[in-house]
Amino acid sequence: MKYSTLPLVAGLSFIATGAIADTLTVYTYDGFNSDWGPGPQIEANFEAECGCDLEFVGAGDGAAVLSRLRLEGDNTDADIVLGLDTNLTAAAAETGLFAASGVSGEYDLPIDWTDETFVPFDWGYFAFVAGKDVAAPANFRELADSDLSIVIQDPRSSTPGLGLVMWIEAAYGDDAASIWADLADNIVTVTPGWSEAYGLFLEGEADAVLSYTTSPAYHLIAEEDDTKTSWTFDEGHYMQVEVAGKIAGTDVPELADQFMAFIATEGFQSVIPLTNWMYPVVTPAEGLPAGFETLSTPETALLFSAEDAAAKAPLAIDAWRNALAQ
Amino acid sequence: MAQRAGAVIVPRWPGAIVIALVLLLTVGTLIAVLTRADTFGGLGSADRAAISFTLLQAVLSAAISVIAAIPVARALSRRRFRGRSILITLLGAPFILPVVVAVMGLLAVFGRNGLLNDALTMIGAGRVSIYGLAGVVLAHVFFNLPLAVRMILQGWQSIPAERFRLAAALDAPVFSLLERPMLRAVLPGAFASIFLICLTSFAVALILGGGPKATTVELAIYQAIRFDFALDRAAFLAAIQFAMSLVAAGIAWFLAVPDASGAGLDRMARRWDGASIFSRLSDGLAIVVAAAFLIVPLVLVVLRGIGGLGDVPVQIWPAIVRSVLVAVVSTSLTILAAVALSVRGGRGVVVASALPLAASSLVVGTGLFIMVQPILNPAKIALPVTAMMNALMALPFALRIMEPAVTKAERDFGRLSTSLGIVGWARVRMVILPRIRGSLGFAAGLAAALSMGDLGVIALFATSDQQTLPLLMYQLMGSYRTDAASGAALILLGLSLGAFWICDKWGRHGAEN
Amino acid sequence: MALKIDDLRIRLDDFSLKANCAFEAGKVTALIGASGAGKSTFLSALAGFVDCDGGDIRWNGARIQGLPPARRPLATLFQDNNLFPHLTIAQNVGLALGPRLRPLSKDRGPIANALDRVGLAGFDARKPAQLSGGQQSRAALARVLLQDRPIVLLDEPFAALGPGLKRDMLALLRDVILSPERVVIMVTHDPEDARYIADDIAVVADGRVMPPAPVADVLDNPSDDIKLYLGLH
Repeated sequence: MKYSTLPLVAGLSFIATGAIADTLTVYTYDGFNSDWGPGPQIEANFEAECGCDLEFVGAGDGAAVLSRLRLEGDNTDADIVLGLDTNLTAAAAETGLFAASGVSGEYDLPIDWTDETFVPFDWGYFAFVAGKDVAAPANFRELADSDLSIVIQDPRSSTPGLGLVMWIEAAYGDDAASIWADLADNIVTVTPGWSEAYGLFLEGEADAVLSYTTSPAYHLIAEEDDTKTSWTFDEGHYMQVEVAGKIAGTDVPELADQFMAFIATEGFQSVIPLTNWMYPVVTPAEGLPAGFETLSTPETALLFSAEDAAAKAPLAIDAWRNALAQ
Repeated sequence: MAQRAGAVIVPRWPGAIVIALVLLLTVGTLIAVLTRADTFGGLGSADRAAISFTLLQAVLSAAISVIAAIPVARALSRRRFRGRSILITLLGAPFILPVVVAVMGLLAVFGRNGLLNDALTMIGAGRVSIYGLAGVVLAHVFFNLPLAVRMILQGWQSIPAERFRLAAALDAPVFSLLERPMLRAVLPGAFASIFLICLTSFAVALILGGGPKATTVELAIYQAIRFDFALDRAAFLAAIQFAMSLVAAGIAWFLAVPDASGAGLDRMARRWDGASIFSRLSDGLAIVVAAAFLIVPLVLVVLRGIGGLGDVPVQIWPAIVRSVLVAVVSTSLTILAAVALSVRGGRGVVVASALPLAASSLVVGTGLFIMVQPILNPAKIALPVTAMMNALMALPFALRIMEPAVTKAERDFGRLSTSLGIVGWARVRMVILPRIRGSLGFAAGLAAALSMGDLGVIALFATSDQQTLPLLMYQLMGSYRTDAASGAALILLGLSLGAFWICDKWGRHGAEN
Repeated sequence: MALKIDDLRIRLDDFSLKANCAFEAGKVTALIGASGAGKSTFLSALAGFVDCDGGDIRWNGARIQGLPPARRPLATLFQDNNLFPHLTIAQNVGLALGPRLRPLSKDRGPIANALDRVGLAGFDARKPAQLSGGQQSRAALARVLLQDRPIVLLDEPFAALGPGLKRDMLALLRDVILSPERVVIMVTHDPEDARYIADDIAVVADGRVMPPAPVADVLDNPSDDIKLYLGLH
């Protein structure tokens, strides 16, 4: 069909890109590069330093970014992949497409960061977000025993959904299945992604939704609505750490290294809180924006290593499915 | 039949090209996905559960849609009232609604905080939950009831007025004499069509399914590709989906699908039965209940959307332009393809009207990506690919509407045209296109509306600065901006219905000749 | 000049028809026979819409059997749908001169002339739906006139008109269409039509098209087939 014109188009685009400054192509999830996400500001800040052209390519969510990378393999145009989380990094590393980051730094994370391939750029705690008028359970057992209703995401299609499964696995281990069985009657529905679940919650379809401890900050700061809070559970909260990695086959290695180093700097980190609504990995000089101090902060941070997460995920998902399919 | 023997009367090669393209995009992409699979494993128990749930919900959805449509179609066929034709048009709206918009409308009525539960609470009854099988079926009935009503109404109106007159003169029972044979001819086809549509349902089950027990095959494919990167399983599941759909399509073809073109729906046969109070009441009730079921959710979407219009970001404008452009291109492609195929006739029409419905759009998108990516950057062709995909998905509906019209034009004017030497392209231009204008407009409206609301494969190909309106709406939903998303949904609804209305109006204008 | 049919055989499912006859120019021949006898099928075979299993159709010695319909030297008026509803009367008539909707400037005069001959002067811009049934038949006749083919086939085109109008049309047909160089064959089921307009009658019965014979001979000394058809015993 269009094949006769394809070489022509490809040729033109080659000429077009060859004529201007070096381009650094960064694959990321859609939300990161939306007009109200961190993408545009970070692009401006980095381009001011590098004299290059930074191009974000959005491709669905974090898992979709990894799928796309796997489909493209060695042919990929990506120089950097940004937006995977620790539940995906083992699979990402296995592709052999990533190079060591060459970056080490001091991060304001509740855990030690030792991964040499992937560099964290923001993080948060998973939590159930609810209205302040709802009596908050103190842990999963109380939630399961209550009449409270929740919306969660499918761990097979959503990173928060997977995060919840790993959370219960990390907190309860062998008892995870029984927690899920008890939670089954609290779960209104399971959505494919975060946005559908959060939408249902805002529509009043459930008392609470699986999201992040930082979610109430959006309502407070952007909407001046202080009626939302997150429940703090005494078994601890599983973390999501979002990372970036450098593609080994990049054609602009210096630029890629420069960007990897840029991640931990002010020009990147200061943008995160009010655009991605997550915690920066390095607290900006002027501190976190006003309003973040009102967020609940868990006592205990839970996180599997990338290897543990990859090993435990299939069984944990099976336990989840068996419990909810009854 | 002998009419087409001999010389080339209409060009057949464009139809052959369309069939080849449809095969490439459906079967070809499936093979492309298979070529990239590293492993070859079987199906797990979860996959088998997904297959049986898919069949169950499709059977239930189709059966309920068709059964519920009978009294509505009967009432519409024998009652004359003000606003009848507007009601028939409005009843078609759910079918062209973007799925997420429709689901939000349904939740506003049937959800935990919806009107229904408010009413139940007020009278002291317990709340009902629609999540799970019930919710999936409810949503499918919402989408497909209008289609079933149209098909069955068409059946009713195909009964000549003289028969009703004869039955009245003989005081014979209209139902067993006229209606039962008609229903027996029409219902299997209507059932099969809706079954086919529900078989590949994706977003509905995602949101209203309630949990892993309500996993459809299409959802299992999505999970296989997105999370497990198990291309073999995705391709295998897609092949199973093909097989199920083709069996259903085969049965539907065998039973001859009725024409749902909507042509002549305003024509009414004078009826002498149904004058009793009981049948007046039951007809009135059927129309009111169906109208409320289909229209109240739409009204709620509109009301919510109006509040969010002020929050819609300025990026809405380029997104609207892109969506309209994509809709224009994909509608043109759909119509060109449908004309080429209808004119060609034969088995190709069957193939092209079944395969795209049976295809998993995620597998098609992934397969296309695999085919295109070695040659050029997928982001550069995101919009053309989206237009092509949307055209592919609308083709079965356009064909089903236009093919009978082309057949009729040929039956009525084929010999006259041939005897005057109007053959080849002149035949298409001078005779066929003007004769099918009404159906063409209706099909174009449907294709444009479906394209406008479809997320399609854009998510796989596009970069964020190529958002179409549905993608923008999802992104707004994905970044806490629910109000703005409602506003965008309203704009999307308006554009979809507007596109449909313009095309349909164009078709009706001048189609009276 | 004559249209000669030699040993023509048509087979359609369980129906078959044979013909071995000739139609002379300058005459109107009526095809008469019972319903389903094959009158329309025979006309369709002459026009090229039905494939023949054997035999020959010749016009003035030239074989026309096997030619596509538009290349045969004939014009046809069908039972219905003789005008395209979406085209104006002038466009419909103009199609006689070639498959185009915008008449060439040299064609304008002949189109107007043909309309004038059938009494439809000034109706050029109307659509068929704006015309009465009789006027529609006149427009169709104008097109046949303009086609100017040596063979004209009529498959009961005026059956839907009332008796008075039908007579008018038949008279007009004889007046403007019939000429010494033209063969006119019309299907009818009304012997009175035949008596009114036709010179010859060809009876279609028992799977055969009989050779044409003068109207008076056929109707006044009817064969058994004709008696049966006319209800005479």
